[in-house]
Amino acid sequence: MRGFIMTILPELFMLFFSFVFLFLSIGRRRADVFKWAKVLSLLGLVVTLVSINGRGNLFYGAYKVDLFSQIFKALIVYGFVFVIFMLDRKNEIEEDYHAEYFMFLGFSTLGLMMLVSSVELISIAISLEISSYSLYVIVPLRKGQTRIQLEASMKYLFFGAISTGIMIYGMSYLYGMTHSTFLANIMFVLPKFLVQPIGILAIVLTLTGFFFKLSLFPFHFWAPDIYEGASNTTTTFIATVPKIAAAALLIRIGTLASAADPAFVTILMVLAGLSMTFGNLVGLVQKDIKRLLAYSGIAHAGYVMIGILAMSRDGNAAAIYYMAVYLFMNLGCFYVVLLLSKSGENISLNDLSGLAKRAPLLAFTLAVSAFSLAGIPPTGGFTGKLFLFTSAFKAGYLPIVIVGAVNTVISIVYYFNLLSLSYSKEPVATESIRLSFHEKALCYVLIFLVLYLGLMPFGLTQLFSAAV
Amino acid sequence: MGNYLIMNSLNFPILSTTIFFPLVGALLLLIMRNDKLVKVTAFMVGVANFVVSLFLYIHFDPTTHLFQFGEFARWIPTYNINYILGIDGITIFLILLTTILAPLCVLCSWTAIEHRVKEFMFCILVMESAMVGVFCALDFILFYIFWEAMLIPMYLLIAIWGGPQKDYASIKFFIYTLFGSVFLLVAIIAIYLVTGSFNIPNAMFRDYSFNFQFWVFLAFAIAFAIKVPMFPFHTWLPAAHTEAPTAGSVFLASVLLKMGTYGFLRFCLPVTPQASLYFAPYMVVLSVIAIIYGGFICLSQTDMKKLIAYSSVAHMGFATLGIFSLTLFGFEGALLQMLNHGVTTGALFFCVGIIYERTHSREIYDNAGLGKIMPIYVGFFGLFSISSFAFPGTNNFVGEIYILIGTFANDKVAGFFAVVGAVLAAAYMLKLLKQITWGREDKRAIKDMNIREVAYLVPFAVFVVWMGLFPAPFVHTIEKTLTHLITQMQVFSP
Repeated sequence: MRGFIMTILPELFMLFFSFVFLFLSIGRRRADVFKWAKVLSLLGLVVTLVSINGRGNLFYGAYKVDLFSQIFKALIVYGFVFVIFMLDRKNEIEEDYHAEYFMFLGFSTLGLMMLVSSVELISIAISLEISSYSLYVIVPLRKGQTRIQLEASMKYLFFGAISTGIMIYGMSYLYGMTHSTFLANIMFVLPKFLVQPIGILAIVLTLTGFFFKLSLFPFHFWAPDIYEGASNTTTTFIATVPKIAAAALLIRIGTLASAADPAFVTILMVLAGLSMTFGNLVGLVQKDIKRLLAYSGIAHAGYVMIGILAMSRDGNAAAIYYMAVYLFMNLGCFYVVLLLSKSGENISLNDLSGLAKRAPLLAFTLAVSAFSLAGIPPTGGFTGKLFLFTSAFKAGYLPIVIVGAVNTVISIVYYFNLLSLSYSKEPVATESIRLSFHEKALCYVLIFLVLYLGLMPFGLTQLFSAAV
Repeated sequence: MGNYLIMNSLNFPILSTTIFFPLVGALLLLIMRNDKLVKVTAFMVGVANFVVSLFLYIHFDPTTHLFQFGEFARWIPTYNINYILGIDGITIFLILLTTILAPLCVLCSWTAIEHRVKEFMFCILVMESAMVGVFCALDFILFYIFWEAMLIPMYLLIAIWGGPQKDYASIKFFIYTLFGSVFLLVAIIAIYLVTGSFNIPNAMFRDYSFNFQFWVFLAFAIAFAIKVPMFPFHTWLPAAHTEAPTAGSVFLASVLLKMGTYGFLRFCLPVTPQASLYFAPYMVVLSVIAIIYGGFICLSQTDMKKLIAYSSVAHMGFATLGIFSLTLFGFEGALLQMLNHGVTTGALFFCVGIIYERTHSREIYDNAGLGKIMPIYVGFFGLFSISSFAFPGTNNFVGEIYILIGTFANDKVAGFFAVVGAVLAAAYMLKLLKQITWGREDKRAIKDMNIREVAYLVPFAVFVVWMGLFPAPFVHTIEKTLTHLITQMQVFSP
């Protein structure tokens, strides 16, 4: 029993976190919710890191705790902690809902943590819904009620529900063909069905749910509108943490599908190529930074797929690495957006003008993150892309590598636009932006992490390839 | 350690020091508050690093073609990526050129840069680190990281301290070069998949199939041709050169352009010898076009900086012409031309910077007729101008004569057109010199050069004359490496 608890300690802790805020939201004293959230989330990070060596098969094999799942749980909690620390300015969410907001963030993180350990269709569906429903609720929680966030939340709900429906429809086919809901069994039997259209159809429909979370083309439609409508913090969360979990599950399925079927790989390759190209081309014309980052996210979903479709150990390790980089570089970009917005409003590109004069540190954080998103050394984005391209090339998928490389060049244009605005334009508003110690520290940490992942992935690459 | 690398026998890691010392200095600048202190520190860091790099020259062994001062450390074992450094005859002078330019660039920006001095000096020193790193790296990934990291400070130099069209110029520069680099990256991965490591010397002179060499050469060639820049990939260069601040133009012309020709010598020839032989005629044609085309464009320029920028296209055309003549004379000439162009064009950009600080114009007419007003300035300018069109007794003459010998041995028609190009060079440079010296009669109150400005032009002047009259030490140092290269080429491209 003790061993059982120890293996799922991170999940239990997230549950505890959410319950604490559930009770805080019922009670009247709400002054210290921020302090509590910070302390508890840090504690959650410690717990997750401590239990990184946890192993076990729980619930009759439906729930698998291994190095792979623990690494992803650690990444998810990292994202969660950063988002909570970023929320510091209290200008994003109505004061009355702070406790609820933390509660839903906690539940969503719990769902995502469960997702990366689930190896059975029904637990996958349940974990995914736990995380999604919490997010549906926090999207409209934004200061100053306008129609835009309500519209966003409705869209998110509908798109999410539809994609879940499609996913469960696909799962029903899988079950019908293979008579099992366990991924291991399914993947064992599935190859003989993959020669028939039904096999491909079933697996593509099943993956739809994760493609949706990852905002891969053509399941990306929600992303720009929801990013624009949700509060900046909520967007930061949605743009980073759920994508990590979705990538985790795609990798898990990839590792189980030992015999890669050419037709299946071709479908993934086309989706990855379209996602990169579409995301980057539409990103070129965006005016709102969050919309721009949404399209950049669509493009990055395509990059991650390059690693996954290689269906090799290298490819999966590269995809994990890229998700880690993706987390921190996006957090960097969003943090700048968050700090620039005085009362939680959206930031347009023009608001960046002369940022380097108003707040050199913010401009530098943005520069490092944007360089990383674009994949320029010595940032993590480059090292991640290098690993991805190498693994796909090794597996013989040169075309997708070239598409990816050309896309890198296209994306430079709009990432650079961010930089040239902040460095070479004169500021419109001249007053400088004051940052508190806490905010400066967070900027430095993010810069450090992005550069660290770029230059010194010493132990990490071994760790990640041991995990897959 | 392999059979290609002589490990460093000095009692400190000299190459790592040369690479990372400026970076450490740059970080040190960040905590300073006083602009004056920042400038002095940056200058001292530059000088100190030059002194360190002089040890490279003193201890350099010219009797071997192997890489010297080697350093090796494991970096990312999962992908067999290592931290390998080493230099040979091709890189020794390019490193010295880089390390001496950095302090001189600091000097030339002493008064020209008025706002954000700290950031400017930071960029200069980071640039120096990355550029030295490119020349020392013997691992493809390490090389690529330096190669790309160099673009960031260069971009910032143009984008923040540049001229009126800085936005356009900086983005064009970055995207153009990055476009080439991604193909380089794909080629690097392809080589890794064949050889199993990112080690550069390991990848040289192996029996790859011709088909493989064909594609790898093309991918390399796009990246390097953009950097050189060869016709028709040169359009980023005038914009970037013209809009960059003086120090930026000097770094661009003197070092960044050399990265392209260095790439051809270090990667294209040894890794893909058969494909190099196959493509050589096409590259020769492009080089000749660059020489002639650059010359004609220069004749019609009215902007001093643009003229010198386009003359770079022509001069680098000579360098690529020498490389793809595939003769020993051609190689030596190309390497000397790289150095000479770095010195002469760098010095000419310094000269433009000096006059721009006084008249705030780059137009030839606004700066004409300085012969009587600024005699010292015109003296230096005259020396560098005649050096630029390879007047006998100056440095460029030595390089160009080597290249022409190599070219005539290989292809008489190309040699003929190259000579025409050399005459064109004399035409446009003398036209510029005449205008600057006697172009206007009116007296204007412009001060002549001060001590600081003389101080940073003197090293160039010394080099111009030294190299022109006594090039033996230089040729001697690079000869062994290039002889080895040409013999290996003959073995591997029958």
